[in-house]
Amino acid sequence: MRRTVRRALLGPVVLLSASAVLAACSSSGSSSPSSGSSSSSGSSSGALKKGLKVFVIPKNLGNPYFTLADSVKTSGALSALGTLGETGSETSGTAATPASQLPAIQAAITKGANALIVSATDPSALCPTLKAAMTKGIAVVTYDSDAPSCRNVFINQASSQAIGATEVDLLAKAIHDSGQIGIVSAAASATNQNTWIGYMKQELKKYPKMKLVSTVYGNDDPTTATQVTQGLLQHYPNLKGIISPTTVGILAAAQVLDTSKYRGKIALTGLGTPVAMKKYVLDGTVGSFELWNPANLGYLAAYAAVNVASKKITGSAGQSFTAGKLGKYTIGAGNTVLLGPPLVFTKSNINDFNSWGF
Amino acid sequence: MEPDQNTRVSTPAAGGADTSTAPGETNWLRSAARGSVRWETGLGLLVVAIVIFGAVTSPQFLTSGNFFNTGVTSGEIAIMALPMTLIIISGEIDLSVASILGMSSALLGVLWSHHWPMLAIFVVVALMGIVAGLINGLLVTRVGLPSLAVTIGTLALYRGVALILLGAKSISNFPATYTTIGVLPIPHTQIPWNIAIFVVLAVIFAIVLHATATGRSLYAMGASPEAAMFAGIRVKRVKTMLYVVSGLVCAMCGVLWTFRLSTAVQNNGLGLELDVVAIVLLGGVSIFGGKGSLAGVVLAVIAFAGLQNALLLTNFNQEATGIVIGGLLLVSVFAPNAGRLRQLGLPRWARGRSGRPTPPPSSSLGALHE
Repeated sequence: MRRTVRRALLGPVVLLSASAVLAACSSSGSSSPSSGSSSSSGSSSGALKKGLKVFVIPKNLGNPYFTLADSVKTSGALSALGTLGETGSETSGTAATPASQLPAIQAAITKGANALIVSATDPSALCPTLKAAMTKGIAVVTYDSDAPSCRNVFINQASSQAIGATEVDLLAKAIHDSGQIGIVSAAASATNQNTWIGYMKQELKKYPKMKLVSTVYGNDDPTTATQVTQGLLQHYPNLKGIISPTTVGILAAAQVLDTSKYRGKIALTGLGTPVAMKKYVLDGTVGSFELWNPANLGYLAAYAAVNVASKKITGSAGQSFTAGKLGKYTIGAGNTVLLGPPLVFTKSNINDFNSWGF
Repeated sequence: MEPDQNTRVSTPAAGGADTSTAPGETNWLRSAARGSVRWETGLGLLVVAIVIFGAVTSPQFLTSGNFFNTGVTSGEIAIMALPMTLIIISGEIDLSVASILGMSSALLGVLWSHHWPMLAIFVVVALMGIVAGLINGLLVTRVGLPSLAVTIGTLALYRGVALILLGAKSISNFPATYTTIGVLPIPHTQIPWNIAIFVVLAVIFAIVLHATATGRSLYAMGASPEAAMFAGIRVKRVKTMLYVVSGLVCAMCGVLWTFRLSTAVQNNGLGLELDVVAIVLLGGVSIFGGKGSLAGVVLAVIAFAGLQNALLLTNFNQEATGIVIGGLLLVSVFAPNAGRLRQLGLPRWARGRSGRPTPPPSSSLGALHE
């Protein structure tokens, strides 16, 4: 009996002693951010620091939108970081959830990041970690999806109000201002989605004959988005239009609607990537949709992050910085920078963006 | 030639305590016991190898801050692996663990948004975990349905309940006293609260499994449910209790998860059951039941969490991490069962009267004791 008790306790004792050893002989807790160059602070007017470790952490990996925003090939965030002489790398989880994204953020902090560029899967889940990063002196810039008050500056792709309003206007034009509409969104917790949907609902008040009957959540996963779209169509046989303000969602919805039964009967609009949506624009499933240049968003975010990490700006409203080829940007209210107005894609211009690759 | 005393003494070796084995199958039992010890040794070596790999590829791997991060990330999975170990040893499985986690998270969020006091919420969530486990247990034992099918069904059912409870909302306004478990360790240490709970529960489960009659009866049940029943073990009652315990533990993990991420949303923990099963199988617990030890599972938790963390720190392509972990799991399932799989592939008549794999040529005493 004793032998078994000893053996039974072996495992937990091993674990306990291992953790005690690690806890005791820790070096400096988690490592402090590696100094890219001298540690002189203050609003220096010199050049931007080089050799900073910058981590780009999108909502999830394998998402074409973020590949566009971040990669070197499309002149996105990593390309800007390379031009500036920093060490940039992209990391995240594979599911667009905070549980999947948090380990990547924590690992980036552990690896001595000087700056984090994050698209938040869930603001309240990420806030504690991002705030801890900021107290360590790490520059935290959010892009695409915000974690309010837990970052130095937020790069917004376009005015949230403008996105919400133009989405509704595009759909209203397609369905002649009347009918039932639905929204196929991404994750229920995503900040950007909820902000845009809020503005959409406000804009809908201008169209009394249009009624939002349902909002479904595709979680930025193609399979889930397809399923929820099909559910939406079955549940509301009189549905006239769908707005999907997520590139994964609009693609899935377009694939579902790309049959003779629905084409022309149900209008679809939203935020999509031009090359992926080209087929559906040309065959009439989608009349028009919009986006901005995600690569510019990543590029701008990279410059903002390096400026904050180099202590040239702190991210407060009124400060301004130059973002390479994009020119000068001024930080607005809520420590937010706007990239620019959304770009509308229709049949007439859809072929101009083949070079984007997505 | 004296009867081999080892098979008669009830002291179980580390792992395969096959009390229902006929004495004639000495060699099989001893080699099975030796096999388990070999497995944990191998696993220990694997843990050392992973630690070395992590330390070599990243200077921050062995820092206490990194230990905290790793612990916080894998705490709930580790805790859920404990009742899962007992369930798999007893010959069943519970795939609804992550859905119970999600359901308890949703219940916590809904009740909190209706301004219930937190202690009352804890009680209700615990009750819900017990009921969920009870449903699993009763369907498996009283109705006699295969546990794989039942728990796949409840996996979907409980996730659906979570969706109904919370809808697409997410509740985030939990008080900071609770949500600090995700950011701050236990005061004066670097140990996350999750890991402390895991260690305490691991000790309790280890004592139950390896040092009580009930624990030994799990091995018997896993090896042969009929023989265990005829030996006087209350198979159905014990299995139902296991599922109830699993439900309760997973409900607690749901609360921990929600506080750690300070968000209650219906898809909390989606897909975690596969990680939990992977860890238990990596720990040397046989998927067929009747073999395994808690020490192995604890080592497997360390290996799993350590490997994920080491890969994360080395800029390894995160999308390919699944390949590494999945490969490890396949090896861990195949290796201990390689011999048995070969023999199980034999048709029933070639396997001998008891249906067990035919042992190597035994002593003539085997015939005497049959």
